[in-house]
Amino acid sequence: MIEILKLTKQYGDFTAVDAIDLVVPRGELFGFLGPNGAGKTTTLRMIAGILKPTGGTIRVAGVDMRADPITAKSKLGFIPDRPFIYEKLTGSEFLRFVAGLYDQRGDEVEHRARELLALFDLEEWRDELVESYSHGMRQKLIISSAFVHRPEVIVVDEPMVGLDPKAARILKDLFREYTNRGHTIIFSTHTLEVAESLCDRLAIIVNGRIKAYGTMVELRRDLEGGERGLEEIFLRLTGENAARNLMDVLDA
Amino acid sequence: MPEQQDFGAALAPRRSGSQRTVGMLPDPPLLHLLLPKWLTARSRAASGEKGRGARIAVLAVTGFLFWAFVFGVLYRLLTYFRGVQEIGQLLAGKLLGLILLGFTSILLLSNVITALSSFFLAKDLDMLVAGPVDWLRLYGAKLLETVVASSWMVLLVSVPMFTAYGMVYDGGWFFPLVVIALMLPLFVIPAVVGSAVTLALVNIFPARRTRDILSVIAVMTAGGIVLLFRLIRPEQLARPEGFRSLVDFIAVLRTPTSPLLPSEWVQKATMGYLNGEPDWLAMYLLWTTAAAAIVLGALLHRWLYLDGFSKAQESAQQFVRGGGRLARFGDWALKPLGTLRRELVLKELRLFFRDTTQWSQLILLAVLVVVYVFNIKYLPLRGEGITFFLVNVVPFLNLVLAGFVLASIAARFIFPGVSLEGRTLWLLRSSPMRVRDLLWAKFWVGTTPLLILAVAIVGVTDYMLQVTDFMFYVSVITITLMTFALSGLAIGFGTMFPQFETENAAQIPTSFGGLLYMMASVAVIGGVVILEARPVYSYLSAKAFGTVADPTELVLGFGAAALLCIGATIVPINIALNRLEAVER
Repeated sequence: MIEILKLTKQYGDFTAVDAIDLVVPRGELFGFLGPNGAGKTTTLRMIAGILKPTGGTIRVAGVDMRADPITAKSKLGFIPDRPFIYEKLTGSEFLRFVAGLYDQRGDEVEHRARELLALFDLEEWRDELVESYSHGMRQKLIISSAFVHRPEVIVVDEPMVGLDPKAARILKDLFREYTNRGHTIIFSTHTLEVAESLCDRLAIIVNGRIKAYGTMVELRRDLEGGERGLEEIFLRLTGENAARNLMDVLDA
Repeated sequence: MPEQQDFGAALAPRRSGSQRTVGMLPDPPLLHLLLPKWLTARSRAASGEKGRGARIAVLAVTGFLFWAFVFGVLYRLLTYFRGVQEIGQLLAGKLLGLILLGFTSILLLSNVITALSSFFLAKDLDMLVAGPVDWLRLYGAKLLETVVASSWMVLLVSVPMFTAYGMVYDGGWFFPLVVIALMLPLFVIPAVVGSAVTLALVNIFPARRTRDILSVIAVMTAGGIVLLFRLIRPEQLARPEGFRSLVDFIAVLRTPTSPLLPSEWVQKATMGYLNGEPDWLAMYLLWTTAAAAIVLGALLHRWLYLDGFSKAQESAQQFVRGGGRLARFGDWALKPLGTLRRELVLKELRLFFRDTTQWSQLILLAVLVVVYVFNIKYLPLRGEGITFFLVNVVPFLNLVLAGFVLASIAARFIFPGVSLEGRTLWLLRSSPMRVRDLLWAKFWVGTTPLLILAVAIVGVTDYMLQVTDFMFYVSVITITLMTFALSGLAIGFGTMFPQFETENAAQIPTSFGGLLYMMASVAVIGGVVILEARPVYSYLSAKAFGTVADPTELVLGFGAAALLCIGATIVPINIALNRLEAVER
């Protein structure tokens, strides 16, 4: 459903994403992990068609993003990490607008929008301007907007930021149920417990390169991790020594 | 498992020898609070932003020309006043008093609005209010910020004004120091009063609602002043038959305009100094009032600020029920556009009309149009010496002025369109929407009202001027094509020089791209008028002398003008399409 081949992104001399290959099949919930600045957001934004790759190819639902971006994007929903949306639209107007971008309107869209807002406890706020929403409420609205047009693939950057525990739980269940119905979701997160418990497969990216890739069982096997959890595997790959000089820092 | 670290020692209390003495509370000085502003300004000055040098050069030249103009006009006027026996000096004083009264009103209004941002909405406030910052220091820092942000423009205008007074009345080298001593309290007093008014308002209304109310009040006041000034037709006051006797006139001049206002004290002290009779009372009143205002303002701040700041965090509840008659009509009327374009147009309209800072500027626009039409109405185009040519050339020149008005409106409303999408570009770029559709919506939502306005202005003024049918059609067709060109240029330059990080739409046209847009607009307006001048002249000559105009000349001239307009519409939009496709955010 998502096929990435030799995907590269360079900013001048700096290589943010370095020739990565990735395949996320239909119906899979895929976790994309890595330390800050590793290239997660850049990769996801390239898959969403926001950033143009320097090299390599991206295929979404079989459609090449470079050759036919409009068709590829029509099969896609994107949830960014920063919830910037139109302040002067109401919640329901925003969802209607997003559906309109995908050329969808009518009773079915209205029904879906109502259901999604109700799911995230935003029903009472549907006719209020977004400017009065809290950070978490905006995030919930953006998440709803990615589902309102029923895309085949959803790309999510840091979905749990700003969400209350109830909304986080709903989102996890929603992700699971959505992929069970044959759709595909790729998401980045720093919450390793969520990734470990939720994802079918994972990739860990460090300095723009994929260091590990597979199911939890495969990761443990490949890294000779025994019964180690994802946190230990992650720290091992990304440099567990980062915390080594804590004493020196705090004593300074 | 990584080895468990022992944090006991690391988290133990600070060892002796740390910088702060135990028991003393931190107390960051006022200058420290202003440090980020200073550093920001310094790094902005040092940044190598694209086109910065050119922008500074253009601004410097424009600024110098403006100074020279203000200085030149005042210098001539004051020299004339100085030569008039008895009343010359009184006139100069009266003029200064009126200008300073205007300054004070502008300062007060601008301080009320600036104080809302600096005291209640600024992004650094969370940190400052949460930090161990003394209330008086916070007040001092924010007041200083407010004074600087709201007074610099008045300061710039007052430089050539006082220079003219100083030179005409031989103020000497000491005069600038006197002016500084007089103007400082004049800047401080409105800042304190403005901040106090804002403080009171925020305690009554939520901050966002206060901002809305203030922006509408500000715009209506500014519009009202302009309208009032124009409608009283000040040019009539210059007529000598307007005064019954010299004695009456002098009596009016001697009466202070507003004896209790600081502007009057500045005027008295300035004129007193220039006439060799220093008015120490005025100086004393200015400084004591400023000092007292700061003390009272600080006390009010101590009493009300925290409550107000807390209230400012609450957002104004704004329920917007959909499905009203207007919304249903919009839905129905825009149905032929298809789902995507209809939603894009509706979004543009909703965002505009729900943002008070945007639509309130329409009031100013209305004032501008009224003043424009009013000026045309009172043009002395009847009577002796007014030829057939003059009557028909005025509507032609009217096109130039109308073009400038339209370019300014497009700069304010159409130019920022793409920049304002900066923060939501992720949504538009990740959707299957074509960039062409977005620009299409922005172009038409901006151009349609502009076109109606353009045709209305030109149509009404042509009707008032009673021009010939030929000139009427030339004017209306030209202004229509010119409107499309100005909109196309606004979309093009707005996309080529976007300001994605700026939240305030009113600031976007003042960017380098905005300046280039205005220059391109002036070039197109000038080009169209020059291309049409020849055919219009030959037609009018033929009409006046009863001959037939050369059709080739007419077709060539008007055709070239039309081509220029069409090119100026299409080319920038196509460049914008490519640019927006390449934007990565």
